[in-house]
Amino acid sequence: MKSRDLAYVALFAAIVAVLGLLPPVPVPGLPVPITAQTLGVMLAGSVLGAKRGGLALLVFLALVAAGAPLLSGGRGGLSVFAGPTAGYLYSWPIAAFVIGLLTQLFWKRFNLAWALVANMIGGIVVIYAIGVPFTALYGDVSLWASLTGSFTFIPGDLVKAVAASVVAVAVRRAYPVIELPTRHATAG
Amino acid sequence: MLSLYVPGGSVVHRARAGLKLALLAALGVGLFLVESPAVMAGAVALATAVGLGVARLPWRALAVQVRPVWVWLAVLFVFHLLVTDLRTGSVAVLRLVALLVAAAVVTATTRVTALVAVIEWLASPLRVLGVRPARIGLVLAMTLRFIPLVAERAARIREAQAARGAVRLRAGMAVPLLIQVLRMAATVGEALDARGADDAPARRPRRRTAVAS
Repeated sequence: MKSRDLAYVALFAAIVAVLGLLPPVPVPGLPVPITAQTLGVMLAGSVLGAKRGGLALLVFLALVAAGAPLLSGGRGGLSVFAGPTAGYLYSWPIAAFVIGLLTQLFWKRFNLAWALVANMIGGIVVIYAIGVPFTALYGDVSLWASLTGSFTFIPGDLVKAVAASVVAVAVRRAYPVIELPTRHATAG
Repeated sequence: MLSLYVPGGSVVHRARAGLKLALLAALGVGLFLVESPAVMAGAVALATAVGLGVARLPWRALAVQVRPVWVWLAVLFVFHLLVTDLRTGSVAVLRLVALLVAAAVVTATTRVTALVAVIEWLASPLRVLGVRPARIGLVLAMTLRFIPLVAERAARIREAQAARGAVRLRAGMAVPLLIQVLRMAATVGEALDARGADDAPARRPRRRTAVAS
């Protein structure tokens, strides 16, 4: 990796942290508010690509684990990795990687529709596929109860996927960061 | 703002970060091997005693980290009362509390730099793949530096758009902000190259010597 790639990785880790500073939107009847941080996950994947996007989220989680209160609401430290919703955290690097992979796949004809496909598969399906069973396993509750409990987040996630896609398409036009020929060979 | 560390000179504070993390990991695995409420309650008591008694942490330092999941724990407990039984429910809840408190104790007694050093050490086997642990430390440090920078740029763009009459236009802010900070990151990358942090392949004999930065 070039130094510039390291800087990009650090930058998106920082962006996810800054998104955590935005006031979370409380949802009536739900213990966990909707935050903007998964927007950062989607942006990292669809702007940086698979490898750098995934690494950015790993760096972010490493800092959280090291005690920096970077999660929304000022949470941080090792205890969040032992919490019931830790599966969602673990899913972030994988989600960013998958989004990046799909974005690179669609890169030549990348438009809003393809961006949406990438962000919904990587940013919603992947995150739930990891977070939901984790919560179920951790709290000894059924998979179904865990799944229905997380349904309230779907509308917010859809809004975030649309926002991330619009931004990713605009950034690609103005300042593309993914370079296919070299990037494609090393990704994976 | 950027740390949950609580300064102190106790045995727990002075213990090696790697040791504390290893114990925490062992606890995480161990507690899932037993199903006894008494053992779980003992683990909670032990973790709390180490935190408050041995490490002399203020009660608040632990509460701050456990509080965000209180509601979830309560919901979980009620769910178990309704679906399974009291015993399973209390084991599940107490196990989580024990892990949360233990993790909070480690976080509050260990400096971020010490934990970053452990991360670098854990990453050292990756050297075989061409990853240099020192660069991981570099990226972590860069991230901590970028956070206030990105926040400041965001505030500046928001002001600029407000000055031009745009009220609360968050989506329109994201694109110029991203392009600005991407340019900035590219410049930082070039500056790193200029200072010799180029992408030369990892060398084996680095293990003994201190890493030049």
